[in-house]
Amino acid sequence: MHPIIEGIIQAINLILTGDREVFSIAALSLYVSVVGTLLACTWSIPAAIALALRNFHGKRILKGLFNAFIGIPTVALGLYLYLLLSRAGPLGYFQLLYTPNAIIIGQSALVTPIIVSFATGALESVDPDLRTLARTLGASDRQTYNVVIKEAFWGLVLAILAAFNRAFAELGVAMMLGGNIRGLTRVLTTAISLETARGDIALSIALSFILLGMVMSLSIAINLARKTSQ
Amino acid sequence: MSPHVETRDISREYDSVLALDRVSIGAHLGQVTTIVGVNGSGKTTLLKILAGLDSPTAGNVLIEGHEANPTQLRTHATMVFQRSVMFGTSVYNNVAYGLKIEGVPGREISQRVKSALTVVNLDGFERRHARKLSSGEQQRVAMARALALEREVLLIDEPTANLDPANAMIIERAIRDSSQSRAVLLSTHNLPQARRLSQHVIHLYKGRVVEESEPSRFFTSPSDERTKLFIEGELQF
Repeated sequence: MHPIIEGIIQAINLILTGDREVFSIAALSLYVSVVGTLLACTWSIPAAIALALRNFHGKRILKGLFNAFIGIPTVALGLYLYLLLSRAGPLGYFQLLYTPNAIIIGQSALVTPIIVSFATGALESVDPDLRTLARTLGASDRQTYNVVIKEAFWGLVLAILAAFNRAFAELGVAMMLGGNIRGLTRVLTTAISLETARGDIALSIALSFILLGMVMSLSIAINLARKTSQ
Repeated sequence: MSPHVETRDISREYDSVLALDRVSIGAHLGQVTTIVGVNGSGKTTLLKILAGLDSPTAGNVLIEGHEANPTQLRTHATMVFQRSVMFGTSVYNNVAYGLKIEGVPGREISQRVKSALTVVNLDGFERRHARKLSSGEQQRVAMARALALEREVLLIDEPTANLDPANAMIIERAIRDSSQSRAVLLSTHNLPQARRLSQHVIHLYKGRVVEESEPSRFFTSPSDERTKLFIEGELQF
């Protein structure tokens, strides 16, 4: 049997039998990516609201910077954060390097420009007359923002989804800040990279199925929810 | 009797272009005051200032003789725009929006929404999605949304500009009915409509009031040459 076919069969077997290692790696991946994305949302969404709905000096430059940082190589970001978090670095005291928290910090930094740029675009695409309308109906500034946020809801969800997918599927940050330590910081992407190098194709394929399956099913679920709500 | 809402020598400048030049007008409760003028004459700017959506660069706006800032104006006035904008939700939620912001109790909201929709012949439309209505129906929802708020000053900007005669007639009837208890300021360049609805007509030209009087005099014997030309459809702008 061809090694790839054999790998696929073994992969399906690993998933169906609930292999402990496969699922613990998947669970850690999910955990760091969800927390990293949500953490990034806490500052990225307010930043997007400010960029889309307020006027201030330097706004265009800031928007350009966030757009430019969408394409930052994960290895470069991983390196800079490594220098910050390493024992000799300014944040070395906290001993975060090679922990899941280091991956969370890295992924939240990685997805910040994605959330800010996409969410800003979604908010800016809302008809500006809606804000004017809300004001004529007695809405305060905050209430007019709520109108815009509500209108842009699915655009914001898609921005967060894109960020989550980026965090979930990235390798550089997880490798450099997590160190791919078995049982502690090994996530799907680092495990696939390692197992492929070691020749364990079956495990790599099983992990990749989970990675792809989760990304695709989440995207499909959100798109279905969006269509149903409309 | 002093006007319910008035402007005193207001001017509005945008990037050194004077949109309004020392405009002083007034509108009384129980009356429709119509502002006519060619495109770019300052009608919408004037209404936006009265709605508290814009601020004059000079002059004052007064409500019942007291100076009012934009925030205060927004609690006294509401505006219906030429292009009806709908929140992406049901007709009910659109009409109820301002009432919810005001903290009106739920039962009263239902009653006011229902009666406002009745005025514009949209009974039974509560659950329909507002954005899926025709443009005429949307404009009627916009009218109902403003009426439900029961503000003393109702500002209406070209409400029937893009409507068929049937929808325009419903809007006109709603304006006439609503003016019983409100000061209505209507902006239009539909002169027959201005004649039908108004108790007072103001002609704005290049940001200045050039003529104002009751409709019979305004349309039959205007004193300003530009108003004469405007009525005859020959005013250059």
